[in-house]
Amino acid sequence: MKRYLLLALSFTLMVVSLYFVFVWVPTERMMGIVQRIFYLMVPTGWLTLLSFLIVFIGSILYLVKREEKWDILAYCSGEIGLVFTTLALITGSIWAKPIWGVWWDWGTPRLTSTLVLWFIYLAYFLVRSFASEPSRGARFAAVVGIVGFVDIPIVILSTTLWQGMHPPPLIFQEAGLDPRMMLTLQVSLIAYTVLFVILLIARVLLKNSEVDIRYLKEG
Amino acid sequence: MENAGFLLAAFSIVWAVLFGYVLVLLNKQKKLQQEIVSLKEALKEKKG
Repeated sequence: MKRYLLLALSFTLMVVSLYFVFVWVPTERMMGIVQRIFYLMVPTGWLTLLSFLIVFIGSILYLVKREEKWDILAYCSGEIGLVFTTLALITGSIWAKPIWGVWWDWGTPRLTSTLVLWFIYLAYFLVRSFASEPSRGARFAAVVGIVGFVDIPIVILSTTLWQGMHPPPLIFQEAGLDPRMMLTLQVSLIAYTVLFVILLIARVLLKNSEVDIRYLKEG
Repeated sequence: MENAGFLLAAFSIVWAVLFGYVLVLLNKQKKLQQEIVSLKEALKEKKG
């Protein structure tokens, strides 16, 4: 019952978010309609950070407690995180083309550090697949999950320290954003976060079943 | 409506990727259910 409520909440929030983005929110004067990609780019970027924070915490707990549930949580969050990082990179690139005139700018640290993050978490899964046994792979991946988290503060601080072509983080200052734009952003952030939670729950349940079946087969 | 194509492309790609990911999960679930059925059958044969 709780799952259906969560699904209904996610659906409602997503419909409201899409209505706000495509109908209700005013068009930004300088960038025009393409600025609305921002309501997609910021939530995917936020979920990239959230998912890898979960990987970081899950990895530490797995190494300390050696309980498989923490590795499963880190694995599932990492998988969804990789999907959202890919989406953040794609939406960022689509936004950059009409605004900057290029699909990609290597001189912008936010973009480059996010791409580095993508490669780090790709390595998180590659390390597992190359390990001779699952528990060994989980340990190696946990180390990558912890060390790789170093890139997260770099991604967050990149727009403040080395701005490049990326705009500074004005959106969280009240004067920087129209109230309707701020509300649209907040609704979008909540909508995509609820979707992330649903995906994470579904993935963890599935992974638990995979592990149970593996144990049954091994006898 | 200049650059509307970019906006539509961004939303279409995001939803296509998310939809694709959900399909991958559903496919995994289907395979797991098949494995559970075959494990149950193997257990029945062992008992019988």
